[in-house]
Amino acid sequence: METFLQQVINGISQGSAYALLALGYTMVYGVLRLINFAHGDVYMVGAFAGYYIANNDAVQANLGASWMTAVVVMAGSMAVCAFLGILIERFAYRPGRGNSPYTLAFWLAIVGSSVGRMVGGSTPALLAGAAAGAVLGVGLDRLGIRPARQSSHLTLLIIAIGVSLFLENGGQLAFGADPKFFPEIIPTRRIQLGGLTVDSQRLTVLGVSVVLMVLLTLIINYTKTGKAMRAVSFNLDAAKLMGINTDRIIAFTFALGSALAGAGGILVSLLYPRIDPLMGIMPGLKAFVAAVLGGIGSVPGAMVGGLIIGLAEVMAVGYGQSTYRDATAFVILVLILLLRPSGIMGKRTSEKV
Amino acid sequence: MKKAAFWIAALAVLGGLQLFVRDIVGAYNYQILVLVGINIILAVSLNLINGYTGQFSIGHAGFYAVGAYTCAGVVVYGQEAIRGATGFLPELGQNTVLLLVGLLCAAIAAGLAGLAVGIPSLRLRGDYLAIVTLGFGEIIRVLILNVEAVGGARGFSGIPQLSNFFWVYLGVVVTVVTVHNLVQSSYGRAFISIRDDEIAAEAMGVDTTRFKVLSFVVSSIFAGIAGGLFAHFTMYLHPNTFLFTTSFYLIIMIVVGGLGSIEGAITGAILVTVLLEVFREFGAFRLVNFAILLVLIMIYRPTGLLGSWTLVRAGRRPGRAA
Repeated sequence: METFLQQVINGISQGSAYALLALGYTMVYGVLRLINFAHGDVYMVGAFAGYYIANNDAVQANLGASWMTAVVVMAGSMAVCAFLGILIERFAYRPGRGNSPYTLAFWLAIVGSSVGRMVGGSTPALLAGAAAGAVLGVGLDRLGIRPARQSSHLTLLIIAIGVSLFLENGGQLAFGADPKFFPEIIPTRRIQLGGLTVDSQRLTVLGVSVVLMVLLTLIINYTKTGKAMRAVSFNLDAAKLMGINTDRIIAFTFALGSALAGAGGILVSLLYPRIDPLMGIMPGLKAFVAAVLGGIGSVPGAMVGGLIIGLAEVMAVGYGQSTYRDATAFVILVLILLLRPSGIMGKRTSEKV
Repeated sequence: MKKAAFWIAALAVLGGLQLFVRDIVGAYNYQILVLVGINIILAVSLNLINGYTGQFSIGHAGFYAVGAYTCAGVVVYGQEAIRGATGFLPELGQNTVLLLVGLLCAAIAAGLAGLAVGIPSLRLRGDYLAIVTLGFGEIIRVLILNVEAVGGARGFSGIPQLSNFFWVYLGVVVTVVTVHNLVQSSYGRAFISIRDDEIAAEAMGVDTTRFKVLSFVVSSIFAGIAGGLFAHFTMYLHPNTFLFTTSFYLIIMIVVGGLGSIEGAITGAILVTVLLEVFREFGAFRLVNFAILLVLIMIYRPTGLLGSWTLVRAGRRPGRAA
């Protein structure tokens, strides 16, 4: 019984991290009807941003091991991820929906900088390459090379796969392919609850997740932007006709979802400090499963789905075989899609003609 | 008569090439050449689902894995029995029988897996289908990881090298001819009608579920054959070879070339495999720029480099199947 309760606690803290990630999937799916495959990789970037902030000399010297470090790491990583989310939306998904200037310049600047770094090997060479790429991109745009205004589901999905591959491999370039170890920003303390031991990390993960989810619920339900988000996700075209700046709302949704992914990255790194550029793939997929399980597009559904996936996985490892761990979520996915495709809290919708 | 002549010519040309292709291009290029062939089989078969029938599968690596492990398993564990039964043949003949038996089992196993996955999941559409096929692909991989008889997480070694340039490119020819004939038949028109408008197709009396499952099964069979050829070429298998990233690369191949065109899938497979090899020394740089290339192609030319351009237009000849 006690081991069972222990497992439940582990499952809930693991699940609340999945829930944070699942929220990003569900919100983006709500406004764009797009599976944002790159979401798990944003979570990876969040973990690395936290790693670099925590190991930064200025932070170390001024804040040391105080609780302020944890707050700064958290806020910094969420900000980095929010910005990354906006960039991804602006330069990958928006051009997939229609024309948007400077797309080519942005991507060619990255290509140029990678070529500059490879050929020259120095920072000036990298910058020169980026500049050359950007100029080339603007030039090609002036010559009339514009995004094909063809917004199909499949196109966006493949763009998302591309962005995901880009972040994974870009992460290997920028952070190195070998794993790093996330510093202990929360001191470990074991707390006895009856016969159970809970460490301070797990409690932090649970507490922070709950606070973030409450905040998100407040934003969505009680602010004007939140109302606009709900309107866009209900019907994008109608929202546009009502004078909502839909592009801005979509960008805001990405920022919000990505910030939560960043927070998730930090929280999971507290539990499992080993971080590497490919760490986002599996949690990303599982969080997506959680979003589908809860009913994609539904915010409370994502939270419940995350908890269920977390619990199921911990139970599968605890009472089954650990090698089957990664299959648990997918088996749940297959079952839920076959039995109740709309998920636990989703609305039944029929495919529009 | 014409058909028989075509096949005899294909066998003769491939057999003739096999004799000295390795000496001409060198051992390293030979390896790439064979991998290109395997990727062509995979891309052309995946194109049947994703390009012609318009269903989005990202679980092709799963069927590839089923084929690879089945073929290798049958050959490794059935080797003695089959060699014993064909003892009267010379070594080459025994090897041929061994490989063909393995490939047959691989095709059957992958086809059954395709059927088992296809029947329940093809009720779903678009994104959901994509994610369910991805899920099935991963489940297959995790299951293989837990089968000790085929090495589990250690990988499966000790597979005899039976396949070569000849067998792989014979596989390419068989795949291309089959898929080509299939999409030109009334079956092909049913596939394309489902892609273009599923509701209209249904209204016209096309049994959409049946045809979707059919294209899925045919596609899986060829993925299985590709797996068998791969297993007996590299002589070692590891479950991580069949991660969903493999499926992603296959999708990149057919998307770069152009969905819904056999020439596109072939071009994409050649281009992607060769480019990845040529730039191998640049490590992660190559994959970063590769990903950017994919994003840009999708933004600027969503129909792929070749689009739906084909050498032979589909549907010009009257179909033979009812």
